[in-house]
Amino acid sequence: MSREKKTDKTGTEMTGAQMVLQALADQGVEHVFGYPGGAVLPIYDELFSRKDVEHILVRHEQGAVHAAEGYARSTGKVGCVLVTSGPGATNAVTGLTDALMDSIPLVCITGQVATHLIGNDAFQECDTVGITRPCTKHNYLVKDIDSLSRVLHEAFYVARTGRPGPVVVDIPKDVQFAKGTYRGVTNSQHKSYNPKTVGEDDRIEKAVELIAKAKRPIFYTGGGVINAGPEASASLRELVRLTGYPITSTLMGLGAYPAADPQWLGMLGMHGTYEANNAMHDCDVMICIGARFDDRITGRLDAFSPGSTKIHVDIDPSSINKNVRVDLPIIGDCGKVLDQMLATWKKRKPSIDKPALKRWWSQIDQWRERQCLAYKTKSDVIAPQYAIQRLYELTKDKDTYITTEVGQHQMWAAQYYRFEDPNRWMTSGGLGTMGYGIPAAVGVQVAHPDSLVIDIAGEASVLMTMQEMSTAVQYNLPIKIFILNNEYMGMVRQWQELLHGGRYSHSYSEALPDFVKLAEAYQGVGLRCEKPGDLDDAIREMIAVDRPVLFDCRVDPHANCFPMIPSGEAHNNMLLGDEAEEKGVGDAISEQGKILV
Amino acid sequence: MSNQPGSVYSFQSSEEKPETHTISVLVDNEPGVLARVIGLFSGRGYNIDSLTVSETEHEAHLSRITIVTTGTPMVIEQIKSQLDRLVPIHSVTDLTVEANAVERELAMLKVAGKGDKRVEALRLADAFRAKVIDTSLDHFIFEVTGKQSKVEQFIQLMQPLGLVEVARTGVAAISRGPEAMAE
Repeated sequence: MSREKKTDKTGTEMTGAQMVLQALADQGVEHVFGYPGGAVLPIYDELFSRKDVEHILVRHEQGAVHAAEGYARSTGKVGCVLVTSGPGATNAVTGLTDALMDSIPLVCITGQVATHLIGNDAFQECDTVGITRPCTKHNYLVKDIDSLSRVLHEAFYVARTGRPGPVVVDIPKDVQFAKGTYRGVTNSQHKSYNPKTVGEDDRIEKAVELIAKAKRPIFYTGGGVINAGPEASASLRELVRLTGYPITSTLMGLGAYPAADPQWLGMLGMHGTYEANNAMHDCDVMICIGARFDDRITGRLDAFSPGSTKIHVDIDPSSINKNVRVDLPIIGDCGKVLDQMLATWKKRKPSIDKPALKRWWSQIDQWRERQCLAYKTKSDVIAPQYAIQRLYELTKDKDTYITTEVGQHQMWAAQYYRFEDPNRWMTSGGLGTMGYGIPAAVGVQVAHPDSLVIDIAGEASVLMTMQEMSTAVQYNLPIKIFILNNEYMGMVRQWQELLHGGRYSHSYSEALPDFVKLAEAYQGVGLRCEKPGDLDDAIREMIAVDRPVLFDCRVDPHANCFPMIPSGEAHNNMLLGDEAEEKGVGDAISEQGKILV
Repeated sequence: MSNQPGSVYSFQSSEEKPETHTISVLVDNEPGVLARVIGLFSGRGYNIDSLTVSETEHEAHLSRITIVTTGTPMVIEQIKSQLDRLVPIHSVTDLTVEANAVERELAMLKVAGKGDKRVEALRLADAFRAKVIDTSLDHFIFEVTGKQSKVEQFIQLMQPLGLVEVARTGVAAISRGPEAMAE
């Protein structure tokens, strides 16, 4: 049948399954990550004959969602997932929650049992919209074929506009078979959902005035800048350079501002740098752009940056005044607001307090001299920090994308791998999902087939979604899984050392597989490195291989991730690596702090 | 629960005092919309003191949800912005702040008794302008309308006079003056 695009009111007759594929094509979707099952068979039947949408078969639905996240975050496009009813949908829940927490635009299509069976405890039935309601930005159950195309287009609109997020469209099998009228993409305004993207002019003026008058300013930026597209990062760079002010960023915001720039202070927060956290604590004007004052960032709330005037730019009004009361909220898209600020700044040409700024920078330089990321190297065992540094040095001139799992290796990657551009860093920030890295790398590599895609992993996390190695092999995706193998769930072990008297309850990675043999079993390539002296050659070999690689990098099992703001402490009360070694870390956390996560 | 601003790092309860607010929410009358609202409240630990829902514009399929909730000013602000970002929600109006609202609740009380108690119940019902909507020789059912405090007081007075049970609608509220509550 003809599948010509028609956007006029007449529409085109087709089945529900055809509508799904047509809507994806009309939305510019080129890749769908999915796994078939009974309730989505009509859609898979359409995929069989369709050439414009490529389906990537994963090995577990969680992997499909993480792959779509990696795809979305590295391209700025909406990631797309297709799974079946029941277990297909429930397996997707972790990924959906992850995408919600990190504001990643996704559309996840789930099959559902036929309309007349809903509520009947049918085979592979679950209440998908009920289960996914709290872990999606929005979800739909489509019972009427004539609303299907509208809902599908609306799902993409909701996913990518405002604060991006995952959207589920649950389609019963009978609706996939039913025939109805397909309507293309329209530009009509949504009746109730129309997020505000442009900041209010008087607030922009006020913000520019506050920024110009600051004596100890700091830019604190987050994933919102990345989500606002590369133009937003460009505008951020321009504004920050125009002011000459220091800038720090959250885990999710890395790459929006280049790490090589002298104004960059490194990441802030629980494992942020000494200079970034102290600057946050002592600043007089904080310019928060697209970050949400998360508890990993603020530390102890009543001691969080006590003397500062806070400007907060966010597209989501519910992020404002949630944890920290701010003085000047601006609701809008980070990119648009940054452009408005730039225009106002250029028009007003405000004079900044240069002597004060000079004093501020010399204070920051003193903090920098503390060398908070220094670590001890040994000749016989690889320090994990060193492994990341070497990986960075040997890949920085290539077209590289980094994903991670969750734990110590993730923090070391954030600290020691330096990002110069946005969309190059994919990590699970909000939910902290172990097992994110391999499938995310699969998604990134699908989107960027010729780039170098590396999952910086831990040996425990990586086993959670190891089966996606098979996906990588099937589609010739030469992802590099760089495992910092310390034989422990490192961050759990670190917390047990800090909080629980060194009783390492169930955090030792016993009975680990031989990762080299495991790679070979998957028909990938396995590499192992145990000595610092062999590391560079081994990394070079990994990069040179044009197949999926599992790199078993054996590192110091006892290394801890520092600096660290102990739970329940303030920014200016950081625990540094050398101190911790001297006085022991056993009593670093207060009784009150121990109950926190 | 009502006075925490929602962070794992706030040990001490906030110094802000909890307030009671009446929030009026205009929503698409579609399946699941009430579940979204209630799920938001339970998921984020907000209080629901009272909740009423009914379709108010049949043509446009719009329903109005009136929620009475308690929380610190920061929590109330969060509740409003969290509600506002739900896709099928058209508008969120804080009637306690934005408008001098009229609030009413309807209650039906079943009071059983004989003799003096029965006479006294009827006398009090008259004072509260409650209507008798069902009766036998042994019982009355009263219908009373008014502010929550009035309904509350009437129920308390009926307690010793043979109150059997109560059904209440929860609060419905509307702003004063000629303007609509929100676009």
